[in-house]
Amino acid sequence: MKARIHVTLKNGVLDPQGKAIETALHGLGFGEAGNVRQGKVIELDLKGVADKAAAEARVKEMCAKLLANPVIEDYSVELAG
Amino acid sequence: MRAAVIVFPGSNCDRDLAVALERSTGKPPVMVWHGDSELPDVDFIGIPGGFSYGDYLRCGAIAANSPIMRAVKQKAEAGVAVLGVCNGFQVLVETGLLPGALLRNASLKFACRDVRLSVESSDSVFTRRYNAGDVLTIPVAHHDGNYFIDDDGLKRLEDNGQVAFRYVEDTNPNGSLGNIAGVFDAKRRVLGLMPHPERVTEALVGGTDGKALFDSLVESL
Repeated sequence: MKARIHVTLKNGVLDPQGKAIETALHGLGFGEAGNVRQGKVIELDLKGVADKAAAEARVKEMCAKLLANPVIEDYSVELAG
Repeated sequence: MRAAVIVFPGSNCDRDLAVALERSTGKPPVMVWHGDSELPDVDFIGIPGGFSYGDYLRCGAIAANSPIMRAVKQKAEAGVAVLGVCNGFQVLVETGLLPGALLRNASLKFACRDVRLSVESSDSVFTRRYNAGDVLTIPVAHHDGNYFIDDDGLKRLEDNGQVAFRYVEDTNPNGSLGNIAGVFDAKRRVLGLMPHPERVTEALVGGTDGKALFDSLVESL
């Protein structure tokens, strides 16, 4: 099974990189782009795991312990395969 | 005072911190590698600045989960004083020993310059040789020093007097909330700050405003 984890900054947490991207998009003529937020995607294989609910619980534990910082970040998990 | 300094792959202020400590204590601290899982019997642990693990994932996040940090956490819970400078501060917030988080500088630029810092409290093992309200000149050198905490957390910090240092005179280099440059834990035995007091302990290399922090530790521990 494969997991894809999206980590994003919480609402209300300043995202200076998102702001810089937004300014650059406006400079390129994409004036409609607003509220740009930058996050990260982490992909991993889960070896020998078949049960989806158990897999999700394990990946959420990984997020809580390491992959995301709950003070500033939210995460979501997608499982496939 | 018996001191230890933790060394991670990518630490680059570990020697500066050791020299500053030795200048105040009269003996070199024990240098402890990140892969070790035990600490010697010490009164103080320093987590130095640098770029531990290349700042991968989040600054300080991988270091916070290294074997030695489990031991540091146990010692801190037992009352051993812990200081984190710059990347060390990032490691301490990632371990949960200090509240809040450190975001990318609001300017998106690496800030490397002197700042002016006010001492918010002299009531700690780290700051007793200062007076509250003293203004110090201490350098910063970081890309991710923008202190963030939610509203409830900020209120708790302010109410409990856990803000240790603030940027003053419009020198906030990173956009941090409330101009916060350094915070204590609730017991004031753990301190993290972005500026580098260890770099200003000798007039020959630019200043002595950081020396009283190390002298405070020697007097207290």
